[in-house]
Amino acid sequence: MRVVNQPVPKVDSRALVEGQPVYTDDLAPADCLIVKLLRSPHAHALIQDINLTRALAVPGIECILTYEDCPDKRFTMAGQSYPEPSPYDRLILDQRVRFVGDAVAIVAGTGKEAVNKAMKLIKVKYEVLEPLLDFRKAKDNAILVHPEDNWKSLFPVGADNKRNLCAHEEDGQGDIESVLVSCDYVLDRTYHTKANQQAMMETFRTYTHLDTYGRLNVVSSTQIPFHVRRILATALDIPKSKVRVIKPRIGGGFGAKQTAVTEVYPALVTWKTGKPAKLVYTREESFIASSPRHEMEIRVRLGADKNGIIKGIDVYTLSNTGAFGEHGPTTVGLSGHKSIPLYGKAEAFRFIYDVVYTNVMSAGAYRGYGATQGIFAMESAVNEMAGILGMDPVILREINMVKEGQTMPAYYGETANSCALDRCLARAKKTIDWDNKYPYRDMGGGKIRGVGVAMAMQGSGIAALDTASVGIRVNDDGFYTLMVGATDMGTGSDTILAQMAAECLGCDMEEIIVHGVDTDSSPYDCGSYASSTTYVTGMAVLRTCEILRRKICAKGASYMNCAPDDVEFDGEKVLNLKTGESISRQEIGNRVMCNNEDALYASEAFSSPISPPPFMVGIAEVEIDKETGQIEMIDYAAVVDCGTVVNPNLARVQTEGGIAQGIGMALFEDIVYNEKGKNYSNSFMQYKIPSRLDVGEIRVEFESSYEPTGPFGAKSIGEIVINTPPPAIVNAVHNATGVLIRELPVTAEKIYRGMKNKEK
Amino acid sequence: MTVEFVLNGKRVTAEATGDTVLLDVLRNLGCHSVKCGCETTNCGLCTVWVNGKSRLSCSVLALSIEGQEITTLEGVKEKAEEFGSFLAAEGAEQCGFCSPGFIMNVLAMVRELKNPNIEEIKEYLSGNLCRCTGYMGQLRAICKYMEHMKEEVHS
Repeated sequence: MRVVNQPVPKVDSRALVEGQPVYTDDLAPADCLIVKLLRSPHAHALIQDINLTRALAVPGIECILTYEDCPDKRFTMAGQSYPEPSPYDRLILDQRVRFVGDAVAIVAGTGKEAVNKAMKLIKVKYEVLEPLLDFRKAKDNAILVHPEDNWKSLFPVGADNKRNLCAHEEDGQGDIESVLVSCDYVLDRTYHTKANQQAMMETFRTYTHLDTYGRLNVVSSTQIPFHVRRILATALDIPKSKVRVIKPRIGGGFGAKQTAVTEVYPALVTWKTGKPAKLVYTREESFIASSPRHEMEIRVRLGADKNGIIKGIDVYTLSNTGAFGEHGPTTVGLSGHKSIPLYGKAEAFRFIYDVVYTNVMSAGAYRGYGATQGIFAMESAVNEMAGILGMDPVILREINMVKEGQTMPAYYGETANSCALDRCLARAKKTIDWDNKYPYRDMGGGKIRGVGVAMAMQGSGIAALDTASVGIRVNDDGFYTLMVGATDMGTGSDTILAQMAAECLGCDMEEIIVHGVDTDSSPYDCGSYASSTTYVTGMAVLRTCEILRRKICAKGASYMNCAPDDVEFDGEKVLNLKTGESISRQEIGNRVMCNNEDALYASEAFSSPISPPPFMVGIAEVEIDKETGQIEMIDYAAVVDCGTVVNPNLARVQTEGGIAQGIGMALFEDIVYNEKGKNYSNSFMQYKIPSRLDVGEIRVEFESSYEPTGPFGAKSIGEIVINTPPPAIVNAVHNATGVLIRELPVTAEKIYRGMKNKEK
Repeated sequence: MTVEFVLNGKRVTAEATGDTVLLDVLRNLGCHSVKCGCETTNCGLCTVWVNGKSRLSCSVLALSIEGQEITTLEGVKEKAEEFGSFLAAEGAEQCGFCSPGFIMNVLAMVRELKNPNIEEIKEYLSGNLCRCTGYMGQLRAICKYMEHMKEEVHS
């Protein structure tokens, strides 16, 4: 391949490294009204009265909106295809506030100072209610987070607001209880993963204005422009035709921006006042009122025979969706459906889950989307099983892992058409030098180093749902415009889609101009999430190119007065195979602009009935101070099977970045609330993310399978890469110290106390 | 109050009150490369040079820079492009939001430290957070850039 599988620089790289004004806040007009949100100090309360008199008198204040100004029409901020599985449980502003930080009033004015001053002068009288803060007690609790009768679930996800249930489901195959009874060893363990912040460097932000036609124009840092159009139309109760959404460059998303966190507020201000408005979340707001990972408690029952064959897997997940159900019913499914199938020899499985409402900020989508939590539990349980069996955890995996060609009952019955998990494990083992380092090495000086292993899988888009289309146009001089609705959030998806187009059309990267995303002009794409872009949108590119090539051939043939069957397009020219005559793409591009009735434009869509999983193995080496429990990352060997690697540089950086985030999740990232529901983790000082001093060495390699249904054999890469560090690091700590940690994060305190308890 | 200073080689004046931070002044003056990532001096996105030294512009009071020389990425475009090309060659700019502050600090580092080793590089840049890359690609870019600079000196 000429362009695909090459380390092509990102098409937008120059603008980014030059610091060009290409992000939302750089583009907002200087005369935008500044929008800020007054937030609830209570985790659960009813607003009795809001007195705006003094606040409205502040010079420069344009408007202050309260729940009385908002449509009484519930919606979800989750960016998902309609009808959304996430319940319609929100109003833009509600009389009932459901977490500390919930929006109470929208304040808009001509400057930050005026707005800040007005915020202090708003007097709110609350009827304070008892909050529901323990997610283990939420189901069927007397305190209801959503008692309202116009709460609505559009999808049969087992939701019931009168039981605090956002979703419930039971799935399985075979008789799990009798299989477990027949096992020589059965392990029953409960694991706890915490809520984590995506902490993308660009916080949530949106600006809005009315265009020439009186339509609401929204420029937003979002992964889901088309879903935002629908969400805004629903929330504001206006026709979708009145909304246009534009996505500029995005400063990271990781799933956070798969929820429309900020859009509705400035949109309401602009719709009411007719004036441009912008809302830029502070880092604190991004920490207290956003869309973090769902906290989950996962019970795993694992049965194995004396030879180490894992025969039965039973998983129960309790997921905490917080005050609203964004992504609640869907993330939880991955905790079982993308962990259980890693083990191909199980004769039976069962997977049950509950998703509950509580009075903390709503959870949302975060890279890995439930699979991360489930894989932490499953891989930790398998590592514990290795201990019970007295087996090397790598060997236990070698004999149990899913292999290419196997059917995966817990993965919706899909077949692993492409799977190099066995090669990934072998290579990671070699890279880290497992046989010489397992289980631990005493380094002297009170330091001990352990190694730990984990496997992971994810999907490539949502099967039979995610839909992507692209359009490609031939311009004068024959250059192409590739119009995409998929949202590059910094990952480089614009680049890899252009690579695929250049490969298919036989041209250089420079000949492809990528345009996106503008809901008025971009072809529909559900957005960039669920690891869908490379696979789903990539296939739309391939299909579109195929049709466009045919059109170019037909046009070239007509200009040469020959039959389309007699010509071939080599990327530069259409050649008459019989006469040797040719016409260049450049000439075709110019000639179609006069006296022509055939648009040289193609647009095709793609949706896949399956979601081929990428696979990977991660092996961590950590160093622990035996005196203090202090843990340090030394080395991380990751080997990924994402099918064909479309861009080796970008895939590598995705992997390194995902592992660093996974290290953060494993070692220190934790959203902590006090007993009244106040979020303590509201800055980078309380919520630490890894710096370059915290990640050790990260080594990434690829073992590619070939996915027959994917573009050039490719599968996804974006999400899977966050999944292995938590279980691999917990395993490394166990192998080094004998201390088993089942609740993240793995802190020095937990290791220290674990070591002390062992001494007793 | 007005404050007068030198921005990227040009004398400018700006309105500021006692609690205005340099970050806001610079963005208002059109230096959009300067990003705000945290407001609490933890992320490094707003790194600029004050009299040639790296400073976090979110923690510099605007009124304190009267008469001083401020440099943003816009003022070192050629050098930024040169190092930026190494960053892009690794795909390590990713979302790019932290790139301007990071590049400012890298350029300050190569001026300040002679032949820094990997640990010294990590230490110097530890205040520049990046959530996309896991830092490895940035490090590869820095190493290759420093090699390139050595070759330039030799030739």
